[in-house]
Amino acid sequence: MSADAPLATPVNLTEAAGGPGTSRSAPTSSPAKKSPGAKRAWGAVKGLFFIAALPVILVLIWYISTAVGEKNFFVPTPALLVETFFETWTGDRITTDVIPSLTRLLFGIAGSIIIGIVGGLLIGSVRWLRALTEPTLEFFRAIPPTVLIPVLMLLIGIGDDMKVAVIISGALWPILLNTIEGVRSMDEVLADTTHTYGITGFNRVRYLILPSAMPQIMAGIRQSLSIALILMVISEMFAASSGLGFTIVQFQRSFAIPEMWSGIVLLGIIGVIMSFIFQLIERNVLRWYHGLREIENAA
Amino acid sequence: MTESTPSTGAPGHHGPGGSGDTHRESEIERLHRLESSSGSDRRRGDTRRHTDAATVAGLDIPTRPDPAAPRTSVAQSGVTGRPTSSGPSRATRKPRRNWGTKSLGLVGLLGFLVIWEVLPRTGIVNPTFLPPASAAIADLFRNFGLTAFWQAVGDTMWQWLLGMLIACISATVLGFLIGSSTFLRRFTNSTIEFMRPVPSVALIPLAVLLFGVEIESALLLIVYASFWQVLIQVLYGVADVDNVAMNTARSYGLGPLARLRYVIFPTALPYLMTGVRLASAVALILAITAQLIIGNPGLGAEIAKAQSGGSYVAMYALILATGLLGVLINLVMRMIERKVLSWHSSVRTEVAK
Repeated sequence: MSADAPLATPVNLTEAAGGPGTSRSAPTSSPAKKSPGAKRAWGAVKGLFFIAALPVILVLIWYISTAVGEKNFFVPTPALLVETFFETWTGDRITTDVIPSLTRLLFGIAGSIIIGIVGGLLIGSVRWLRALTEPTLEFFRAIPPTVLIPVLMLLIGIGDDMKVAVIISGALWPILLNTIEGVRSMDEVLADTTHTYGITGFNRVRYLILPSAMPQIMAGIRQSLSIALILMVISEMFAASSGLGFTIVQFQRSFAIPEMWSGIVLLGIIGVIMSFIFQLIERNVLRWYHGLREIENAA
Repeated sequence: MTESTPSTGAPGHHGPGGSGDTHRESEIERLHRLESSSGSDRRRGDTRRHTDAATVAGLDIPTRPDPAAPRTSVAQSGVTGRPTSSGPSRATRKPRRNWGTKSLGLVGLLGFLVIWEVLPRTGIVNPTFLPPASAAIADLFRNFGLTAFWQAVGDTMWQWLLGMLIACISATVLGFLIGSSTFLRRFTNSTIEFMRPVPSVALIPLAVLLFGVEIESALLLIVYASFWQVLIQVLYGVADVDNVAMNTARSYGLGPLARLRYVIFPTALPYLMTGVRLASAVALILAITAQLIIGNPGLGAEIAKAQSGGSYVAMYALILATGLLGVLINLVMRMIERKVLSWHSSVRTEVAK
């Protein structure tokens, strides 16, 4: 193993660096070089460099291409954008647009998670029900969720209900189908064991089915989050008198370019924060699972 | 920090050589029992099958030692990619169960249509807003004879195809480039992680402002959304290259290009295909969304027109059409994936029975 270490250095470094996709489990051990403080400080500086360098360069390019020379109509300078951002989104708009949007988003996500998990547990544990519903569910998943907005507008109206319903109608499927799959791919030995020990009903769901389906469920929720955010914005662009999507389109129609950009940035920040919160939650919920995997891989 | 990197999240680092048969056997058993317990798969949900198999790409250990396990439908096997149960007793029962599952699924679809038919007919839901299923389906079939409908489908698919091509090619090239350099990988990590969750629909106002209803505005959204899907998977795939295979290639004097072609590319291909498949679904969603909101020509624009014009039957028919298109794209992508990866152990074990 150690013999081919020198040869393999580039590959190993690549792995140790932890690609973007591996960031979930990497931070636990990758920076842990057993070396004195000076080296660690150097490592921290290097880490900071790698985190900040490219964003700084990009902002610089942006600055140079907009601030130097003649004024660009479509792209504001970084300074103007930052200024506009705080001006636009720290006043009344928080209560009139941001909070309502986020509330709908939250209700939509909560609704899809609850319906998805409960429905998934039910469909996943009953074999004939699964066979009966699976093609239909797959079809619903294949429909681009945004086309359901006109339908739900007709059936429910254009209130907040509609927006929450739209979010649920799109974000539900990944969770539902993944839960079904998670229940289905349960470890059979564990299932038999619980059966032998006479664990049934609620306890079976709580201690066997739910934990073994959890990794899959979390994967579904991860997909759903981005869909939910998209649908929140789209449903507000389609028919609303408040909310982020509505406001941003208003800015665009009135050619308030810096304001429009600040809205885009805000949506981006919301997306990033959501993904960050989700990673935190997932790491906690699935701690046992990642631990198990690490042991398995180390073995 | 060189060899033992269990924390990388790269699935199944089972030692660099499968030293000895006993080790290999226990490996097979463990892989089977734990199915594809690699974090990457679990996280992405849908990508399980290939990441699981890619684990052993270099070593060619059969990931799925039970090729005879029931594999019901394409739709199902896609999500699952994994047999539910093992043992020969299952295998003998397979055909019957298969048929039972299929016909039950058909019954389910029919049941859904019946409910859709009954709800408006009995007046539980206003039939103006929800026309019965038969009306919508009849209208859909009428559409099949219309040039305008196929024109809309063609527009949609053209945008989809163009967007997919741009996104896939650029993401693949960039992915291999970034993935093969440690420095670039670390250098771009924070930016990629920040840009990825940004919802592509946030760009709608910008797209409208820059391009109006030209095809570029739809392409901007489609490319932005699908690009990340592919890029992340390629980065993952390139990181998953087997050390032993790489070192062997080096020892045999393969140059960088040959290594790329014969070692890195085959390892990353299953990941790439997964990325492309995920991107194809996302691209369709965004193509339709762009048409619906911005008004680029296509099915989405037709839906918006039908809705604002009050011809609700046509609207439902078009929505059914988008669903069928989604199913079709999914099936075709799976077929391509299977063809392209026919050499791969995950597909081989699936076919050989």
